[in-house]
Amino acid sequence: MPQYYNIFTRLQVRAPVYPGVPLPKGRLPRIGKGGYPWFTYWIGKVGDTQIGPLYLGFWGLTSLMAGFLAFSLVGLGMLASVSWNPVHFLKFFPWLALEPPPAHYGLHIPPLWDGGMYLIAGFFFTMAILFWWVRVYVRARDLGTGTHLAWGMAAAMWFFFNLGFTRPLLMGSWSEAVPMGWFPHLDWLTGLSVAYGDFYYNPFHMLGIGFMYGCALLWAMHGGTILAVSRFGGDREVEQITDRGTAAERAALFWRWTMGWNTTMEGIHRWGFWFAACMMICGGWAILLTGTYVDNWHRWAEKHHIAPVYPETGVRDPLAEWSGDDGNWRVYPYLPADEAPAAASEGDSQ
Amino acid sequence: MKIGKHKVLALVALGAVTLTSGCDYVENLPFEVPWGHRSEELGAPGLGMQWIKNRGHWRALVAANSDVPEPQPPASADGPAAATIYQNVPVLGHLSIGQFNRLMVAMTEWVAPDEGCTYCHLPDSMAAEAPYTKLVARKMIEMTIRANEGWQKHVADTGVTCYTCHRGQPVPDYTWSNIQDRTIPSKMVDIKQNLPSWNTAMHALPYNPMELFLEGDQDIRVTGPEALPINRRRVMTKQGEETFALMNYISKSLGVGCVYCHDARAFERWDFSRPARVTAFYAIRHVREMNLDYINPLLPIMPEDRKGPTGDMIKVGCATCHQEVYKPLFGAKMLADYPELATSGKSAEAESVAESEEGNADTGLVETAQVME
Repeated sequence: MPQYYNIFTRLQVRAPVYPGVPLPKGRLPRIGKGGYPWFTYWIGKVGDTQIGPLYLGFWGLTSLMAGFLAFSLVGLGMLASVSWNPVHFLKFFPWLALEPPPAHYGLHIPPLWDGGMYLIAGFFFTMAILFWWVRVYVRARDLGTGTHLAWGMAAAMWFFFNLGFTRPLLMGSWSEAVPMGWFPHLDWLTGLSVAYGDFYYNPFHMLGIGFMYGCALLWAMHGGTILAVSRFGGDREVEQITDRGTAAERAALFWRWTMGWNTTMEGIHRWGFWFAACMMICGGWAILLTGTYVDNWHRWAEKHHIAPVYPETGVRDPLAEWSGDDGNWRVYPYLPADEAPAAASEGDSQ
Repeated sequence: MKIGKHKVLALVALGAVTLTSGCDYVENLPFEVPWGHRSEELGAPGLGMQWIKNRGHWRALVAANSDVPEPQPPASADGPAAATIYQNVPVLGHLSIGQFNRLMVAMTEWVAPDEGCTYCHLPDSMAAEAPYTKLVARKMIEMTIRANEGWQKHVADTGVTCYTCHRGQPVPDYTWSNIQDRTIPSKMVDIKQNLPSWNTAMHALPYNPMELFLEGDQDIRVTGPEALPINRRRVMTKQGEETFALMNYISKSLGVGCVYCHDARAFERWDFSRPARVTAFYAIRHVREMNLDYINPLLPIMPEDRKGPTGDMIKVGCATCHQEVYKPLFGAKMLADYPELATSGKSAEAESVAESEEGNADTGLVETAQVME
């Protein structure tokens, strides 16, 4: 009996070309006439064999334009940083970045070639994402579906805007934004963690990581379960939410035998959605609170008894000995120099 | 399926051998560190402060650093002072003539074995203030003596000699100088960041942190001391990147990981750190002093081919002495054989006189440079 599998398929399911439901009044037309939509054998290996129709519309078009502009500006900035040498651009591409302005500009607009380009690229990047969100929302409404995908994307945007806009704004400097480059944004993250006392002790980071691994686990559990019961028709998940056949029963029984409890054919999708959304919501808080509300996450975790206690090594800071300063006047070792005399006299009067 | 008892026993034995082969320590099982590596625990159990060494790389380092020259036959401290025999020996004049000549021979072997005495002396007038290499050598001797005398918190009693850096070459390997990061002028401001570099262990970080920290005196400390930002500090992420870059440079230079000095859960905490971090604290300031007080003042007399690409001095960093080893030459105590370099031989009073003379010496340098040009 021929069986239908993705990737391993010996049989492709092809319906007649389906142009989609009619668009509401006032919408731009879908792309494609004549031979479009069409079928592709190879794309059928991993999904539907039909390609198209595609609806770009106003929001899709503006989003792509803004995104293309941002993409080009980042590329131009990278190219300028290697003397416009295309060979170096390719060779060093992983290291290149469009960097945010230096810290001394604060929230002022910097010159074009000293971070200004970053702000312009960031603006268009942000616009592209916002327009794409509108597109996702409007597409869902036009199809008469729920808007879950738009809200899932909004969770990721909360994280993204905190990184590039809200947190720099609260910190009072655009320099706090993420560099746009492959390795640079990763090393930036380590720099951020070093400067703010280790992200591993940031509880929202912990939660975000937990939800992220949870997403992977849920995906594996759900995918494995459905594939395992598809021989009984378990791939018709949605019908089985209300009309439970042997596939749904066996899937549920499997998990009850394994861990004593199971979610439902519907519930597993809510679990997946909320794990993914919570990952981004927690990640967004992790970024937003760093430096604004918490300065040193390890100290914070110590204060709240989250960080474990290990034996101290007995090493002491040699700075005071080095600078010939007994440290008595010093409230905090990071006091700006211009405030030091005031603090010293305060100490004397007491 | 039926497997005989003997086969089971053989399989178990084979498994046990596979599991434990290549173990250096009982706790160092092969699946704990990558193949061909060994690790050493540097902190309290549970902290995972592992010093992981690549065996092949380690063997290469040992081979490259085991070639310490035999000491010259010792010279008597008795005998007339060098200053009474030779003209123009302001730094080493207090040595006996035997010690002085012994040191000259050793320095030739360490620094200019192929070029010989004439690398630093004019053949017809050894006392002349030329060529420029002689003036450089004098400054470097002062620098070496200062290191051994004033920076014991860094170099301990192992000390340093010319060979620690030079290793038989007039210009040591592992030096650094400022970098011009764009060949074609561009309107884009130099950010000196985001190109692959040995200095930053190939990270996309500021690639010349030595310029900021080992010549400049930028504050290395970026992590706040309090949980909450009650103290309006102005340290931000970009400064964190710069410190992170310096730490990568130190790590590469010494061939160690972060945990050789730090407990990585809270890098900034001294009470969690290893004593090596205190040594590094003084080392950073020592290197700064070497660059500012001994290397950079030589700039006027340096020929163009002995300068960096931006016309600055070729400078000293951690790697210049350490050369990827946590203790240069794996701690070989060369200085013990060369007490001539361990002390300036001057009393405190003489020091102050020497300091005032130093000003004259400096102007001498400039004059010579003008003559040479």
